[in-house]
Amino acid sequence: MTAYTATVTVSLKRGVLDPEAETTQRALERLGFELESLRSADRYEVDLDAESDAAAADRAEAMAERLLANPTIHDYEVTVEQRPAASESAETAEGHGQ
Amino acid sequence: MTVAVVRFGGSNCDRDAVAALEHLGIDAELVWHADGLPSDPDGVVLPGGFSYGDYLRAGAIAARTPILDDVREAAADGVPVLGVCNGAQVGAESGLVPGAFTTNRSARFQCEHVHLRVERADTPWTAAYEEGDVIEVPIAHAEGRFVVDEARAERLREEDRVLFRYCEADGTVTDAADPNGSRDNVAGVVGDRDTVAVTMPHPERATLPDVGPTDGQGVLRAFA
Repeated sequence: MTAYTATVTVSLKRGVLDPEAETTQRALERLGFELESLRSADRYEVDLDAESDAAAADRAEAMAERLLANPTIHDYEVTVEQRPAASESAETAEGHGQ
Repeated sequence: MTVAVVRFGGSNCDRDAVAALEHLGIDAELVWHADGLPSDPDGVVLPGGFSYGDYLRAGAIAARTPILDDVREAAADGVPVLGVCNGAQVGAESGLVPGAFTTNRSARFQCEHVHLRVERADTPWTAAYEEGDVIEVPIAHAEGRFVVDEARAERLREEDRVLFRYCEADGTVTDAADPNGSRDNVAGVVGDRDTVAVTMPHPERATLPDVGPTDGQGVLRAFA
């Protein structure tokens, strides 16, 4: 098994109104910034162990399908990358504690 | 045999729903979601509130709790199921009804009385009204904007699944009367069967004579 971090980015489908993003854009413009438009998205970082990149991506995709995204209003994107073994950082943290 | 009002952590209209139903002479009881649905309920209410703190999306997490399997099963057996406000969001998230309820056009929480036009009078929820009647009920939500894609919106019109539309006091359906930017002014829809419905407005808050208009009574009479 390999340790992965899967990143699931959930964004509104094009054409779905995003009132929070519009409010944020207006606030940026009030601060004097020039911008064309602004979109917001939710990002979930999921640490998991899997047999392969594909298996990690499949599981994260299933999470998006079942819960993280609502297909009526959202699109989502999944990327995976290997992460360093957790035990090393845990030991470091313990060392600091003593 | 009684109407089960399902309480999640964060529900806050659950007791209001019981009080409103009992005022109409309908037996109702609170049911904690983790206890599951009692066998053979006369009806199910998914009440308003902020289940799971609205984490992720309003209604998203409650919609995936095991009791929703019981609710879907009861709904498929013809048991009347009503979702109100957060319960409507749970109903949409769980697939009991089409569409999604998301952030109001104003990006604000809105608590106000609205007018609704009764679009169909041939459902249990609207049998007490005539088609075209205008009723006054409160809304209290930040995520009540009904969203569906164009194809689905067309099907909703074809299948006549819209129960209520936001309207002016005289019944005219206008953009200005739509408090949250809902597609086609939709305030309430039915699911695959007419016995399953959700509404963002609160009929249970327009039922007790002591607290204002009682126009919402007709909706709850579906359980009588």
